[in-house]
Amino acid sequence: MSNDSTTDRPSPLHEQHVALGAALTGFGGWQMPLRYDSDIAEHRAVREAAGLFDLSHMGEIEVSGPQAAAALDYALVGNLSAVKTGRARYTMICAEDGSVLDDLVVYRLDNDHFVVVANASNVEVVLTALTERVEGFDAVVVDRSEETALVAVQGPRAEEIVTSITAAADVPTVREMPYYASARATVAGATVLLARTGYTGEDGFELFVPVEQAAEVWAALLEAGQPFGLVPAGLSARDSLRLEAGMPLYGHELDTTTTPYEAGLGRVVKLEKTDDAGAPLPFVGRAALESRRQSAPARVLVGLRGTARRPARAGYDVVLPGAGTVIGSVTSGAPSPTLGHPIAMAYVTPEFSAEGTELAVDVRGRQEPFVVAPLRAYVRPTS
Amino acid sequence: MSNVPENLIYTAEHEWLDDGTPATVGITANAAEALGDIVYVELPEVGTAVTAGEVFGEVESTKSVSELYSPVTGTVAEVNDSVVDAPETVGSDPYGAGWLVKITVTETGPTLTPAQYTELIGG
Repeated sequence: MSNDSTTDRPSPLHEQHVALGAALTGFGGWQMPLRYDSDIAEHRAVREAAGLFDLSHMGEIEVSGPQAAAALDYALVGNLSAVKTGRARYTMICAEDGSVLDDLVVYRLDNDHFVVVANASNVEVVLTALTERVEGFDAVVVDRSEETALVAVQGPRAEEIVTSITAAADVPTVREMPYYASARATVAGATVLLARTGYTGEDGFELFVPVEQAAEVWAALLEAGQPFGLVPAGLSARDSLRLEAGMPLYGHELDTTTTPYEAGLGRVVKLEKTDDAGAPLPFVGRAALESRRQSAPARVLVGLRGTARRPARAGYDVVLPGAGTVIGSVTSGAPSPTLGHPIAMAYVTPEFSAEGTELAVDVRGRQEPFVVAPLRAYVRPTS
Repeated sequence: MSNVPENLIYTAEHEWLDDGTPATVGITANAAEALGDIVYVELPEVGTAVTAGEVFGEVESTKSVSELYSPVTGTVAEVNDSVVDAPETVGSDPYGAGWLVKITVTETGPTLTPAQYTELIGG
């Protein structure tokens, strides 16, 4: 059932959602659309045509100044100074003990200008940590979340839809834009930061729009997308899409008890990053992450494929079939609309993490069969 | 907005039943709407004894699980196997093809009139 707590902030597109008949839900301190009509239909539209998402709950934190890149190299686990202007990088901000404070997408807009996109529930934590960590660097941190709306067009028709309302001069830029890149563009008359990023496993774009122009950009995308089969899509579809694509969700696969290594995301930790003289570059969490990399993790994140019909849900125990010995815990689970069977992600002890291992999940007192499978249950067909 | 047929009896747990013998039981349109797309339905077998106010099955949507509470005490006389195979029927036709079970009633439980149920759901 939806949680319509009145303390949650409305999105800048709240009126649009109400007019579209959305069921709203509390998420990270915001009141956001859970679904507009059928969440399965919204999910399928994104896989087959396109979906339009309001992601204005996400936080946008600007880091700028002559030492912005160096400051982020120190503050985050990634090597941000190696990111070229116009490109983006998936990375994390960790505590001194190596645990994950948030997972982030960082866009480099210019040599000395970055935008850090944080999860709604973590904006304050990330803002505070970044502000502390850039002290001593010639860089400033500014929270732009209040003045920024974020809308996403995701799906195989996304490029056609976005270019149909993009200023002619910017159309080639949009067409040629690689995955994990961004550029300024004029879309529906508004100057936006247009990025080829997303959280659905499909091609698509995310548009950072000044809040005053959010409604007109949203309406223009909805109208332009209709002939292509675009529908507005809520957080329910977003969650099932990212789960199929094997993408972690903070608070589920990642939290302050997890390091990137357990989550299978050790690749984002750039222990090899060095300063100009070739010396290892210090960053927050480095010592803990170095020692963590040496030791075998106590648990690892795996994908699970259900061979019966009942889905596993977050928090359910993963057990050995028959015996019922608990060997792990489900972090996310749902029936996969694309694949037609239950899928899940779970932390399990390493000896039971090999693909094909037959396990069970305790679904409210009854064991349901699951098999260890790749984290990414769905890989989009290459065109 | 709300779809609460006048010829049925309701419970605070969002089930409906009719006055037939045996009584047909389902979930309300309001409950189906709140659940979202229903993807799994688990129902008891014919002959199972059920008790008013106690769990007799579950419906699961893409996002959540809800338990089904029996509106009456009695014995399951018939089960709608077609909703087990096609759970979306519960959402698309909750008062018709989406019925769940038929129960031979030995004792009724607390119920609501259509007007009381409409008030409960703020409709």
